[in-house]
Amino acid sequence: MRRLGCIAVGLLALHATAGSALADGVIRVGSKSFTESYILAEIAAQVIEQTGEARVERQLGLGGTGLAYRALASDAIDLYPEYTGTLSHIILKDPSLRTTEAIRARLGSSGLTASDSLGFNNTYALAVRADVGERLGLRSIDDLARHPTLTAAFSSGFLEREDGWPGLSRRYGISLAQVRVMEHALTYRAIVSGEVDVMDVFSTDGQLERLRLRILRDDRGFFPDYWAVLVARKELPEKYPRTWARLREALEGQLDERRMQQLNAMADLDGKSVPEVAAAFLGTERSAGSDRRGLGRELYALTLDHLLLVLVSVVVAVVIGVPLGIAATRFRKAGQVELGTIGMLQTIPALALLVFMIPLFGIGKVPALVALSLYALLPVVRSTYAGLMAIDGRLLEMAFVLGLGRLARLVRIEIPLASIGIMAGIKTAAVMTVGTATLAAFIGGGGYGTLIVRGLALDDTATILAGAAPAAAMAVIFHVAFELLDRLAVPRGLRR
Amino acid sequence: MIELRGVTKRFGDRVALDDVSLEVAAGTVHVLLGSSGSGKSTVLRLILGLLMPEAGDVLVDGTRVTEATRTALVRRMGYVVQDGGLYPHLTAYDNVALPARAQAWPAPRIRDRITALGAMVGLDAAMLARYPRELSGGQSQRVGLMRALMLDPPFLLLDEPLGALDPIVRAELQTQLGALFTTLGKTVVLVTHDIREAVLLGATITLMTDGRVVQQGSFADLVERPASPFVSRFLTAQTLVPMGAEKG
Repeated sequence: MRRLGCIAVGLLALHATAGSALADGVIRVGSKSFTESYILAEIAAQVIEQTGEARVERQLGLGGTGLAYRALASDAIDLYPEYTGTLSHIILKDPSLRTTEAIRARLGSSGLTASDSLGFNNTYALAVRADVGERLGLRSIDDLARHPTLTAAFSSGFLEREDGWPGLSRRYGISLAQVRVMEHALTYRAIVSGEVDVMDVFSTDGQLERLRLRILRDDRGFFPDYWAVLVARKELPEKYPRTWARLREALEGQLDERRMQQLNAMADLDGKSVPEVAAAFLGTERSAGSDRRGLGRELYALTLDHLLLVLVSVVVAVVIGVPLGIAATRFRKAGQVELGTIGMLQTIPALALLVFMIPLFGIGKVPALVALSLYALLPVVRSTYAGLMAIDGRLLEMAFVLGLGRLARLVRIEIPLASIGIMAGIKTAAVMTVGTATLAAFIGGGGYGTLIVRGLALDDTATILAGAAPAAAMAVIFHVAFELLDRLAVPRGLRR
Repeated sequence: MIELRGVTKRFGDRVALDDVSLEVAAGTVHVLLGSSGSGKSTVLRLILGLLMPEAGDVLVDGTRVTEATRTALVRRMGYVVQDGGLYPHLTAYDNVALPARAQAWPAPRIRDRITALGAMVGLDAAMLARYPRELSGGQSQRVGLMRALMLDPPFLLLDEPLGALDPIVRAELQTQLGALFTTLGKTVVLVTHDIREAVLLGATITLMTDGRVVQQGSFADLVERPASPFVSRFLTAQTLVPMGAEKG
């Protein structure tokens, strides 16, 4: 336990020193993983680039609120778009903070600051199909009370949050015939086809206009305001005042709900890339060619990222796993407990394991590496154990008779004899980790997963493939590389 | 000198050795003869300290074999097993060098010793550069013997050393082994189920069955003064030529 504690502290220290890039002339821009957040962050990134005071590092698609805010608070990013309602209700947990001034004052004590509203309020809302609304005379949420036979499908967050359906149905005193949980993207299809009547939407959703949905007025003011703002580390305006001023000038009050709906629709429905949408808003030219070069550069950077994730975590898994496998053969009972524990780690879904790392190590590379290393441990430990146990007992006896000590027996006899099995385990771990490492992007670990997360958020298959295909190729390359490595690691006398 | 005094060894419920006593005089060749399961290999493993007895003592030059003494005692023993017991990941040369490297011999000394041993058993440098899977059964056995002799131990323990070989190679090696034992003058304990081999190589024979010693003595003793009907039965069962005819 004590040793584990030491390792944890060491990694935390490493994590801390990795931060604070502001001093190096880099501003790290983050976003959550949905279209609007990507677009706002990209607009901010392009404004920073145009200003020329600092370079930009994009850390887009950092999962949900908890992750993005934690990234900012722990100095893993310098800036990301957020909403006032989320800041007051969820992050600062003080619903009385109604104005941006109040929120900014409160953030100040955490070393953070915020811009003024960007001009639109992306609040939760209930929507019905426009023709249904017309027929039943539905204009506000109150009108739902007269139609208790209607059915609804809500996203799971909305169904559970106190500022979602539970609070709403109490405030308005309404109940519906059927309320179920559904994936948001699928609910749009269901409401268009008439399978459900009411759904939860965001008021700036790009699909509202195209799908002819009507938002029901929140006459009783139940939903908090969700004015979009930029939140940033305080050092940003201090170090780069010109950039911060440019950001506020370009964004504050410049976007109303309708404009934001249009931008979202460009990305979600017209297949425009996020940089294109951002450039369109800023009124700057952006040729397709520069985007393609941008993608090439990004792929190159992500490839290095991904390689780093895989190599470091596999090396760590080998350095820890091979001795653990050896230990399991030496202490039989403790060994079974050890193998069982490591097996149990494997039953935790990889994404969950990554998320468990956040309270310990924050976000970024370090927690991703810890989780990936743990995940790669099982094949290495198992194969080492199995490889050693499969050695003919008479060959081990002979080692004693020949006068080999414990260490000499292990190094000269056991490990070489088990090398085929051990290498197979390492190979499995490496190829597996190439795949699992794509999940690192969910906690800001970078790598090919960045494109997959972005593609999922924008519902853009091409972007998903741009991340998934190189990952698959890398897995194949790793496989081939390990076949070659086998020739070095496995003694000639054992090869077939 | 090797002594077993009232040694009993059990594997779970099965009694592998039941109150076995025997003596191997220094510089002699002693054969443990018996069918498989008679406990003769267990005797070797007790002498090597690979097993510890439930009752009785195993003594090597007067020192009891225990957990504490076995590491030092085993340095004075060479051990050859049926299939050679070579490590597949090491060349024949490296297999033979293993015990010397464990004692941190300098490389030139190892090379000289291996050259001498190779000449003795008839293996040249090219053959010794091969991996075990590239060697025939007879060649593997010679390498195994070289390895057992590498540190020039006073005791040599052989467990069915020729058991896996075809008859012609086997006969050839039996003759060579006999000559070798005579020149080397080591204290040898050889386990076999083959009477011909026992007669050819052993001065003294201990016949075992079901973990007990049936009779101990020279081949002539066993033939002429069998301790029990089992002795005669065992000897005739394997001999093509009837005993009477050989005597006459």
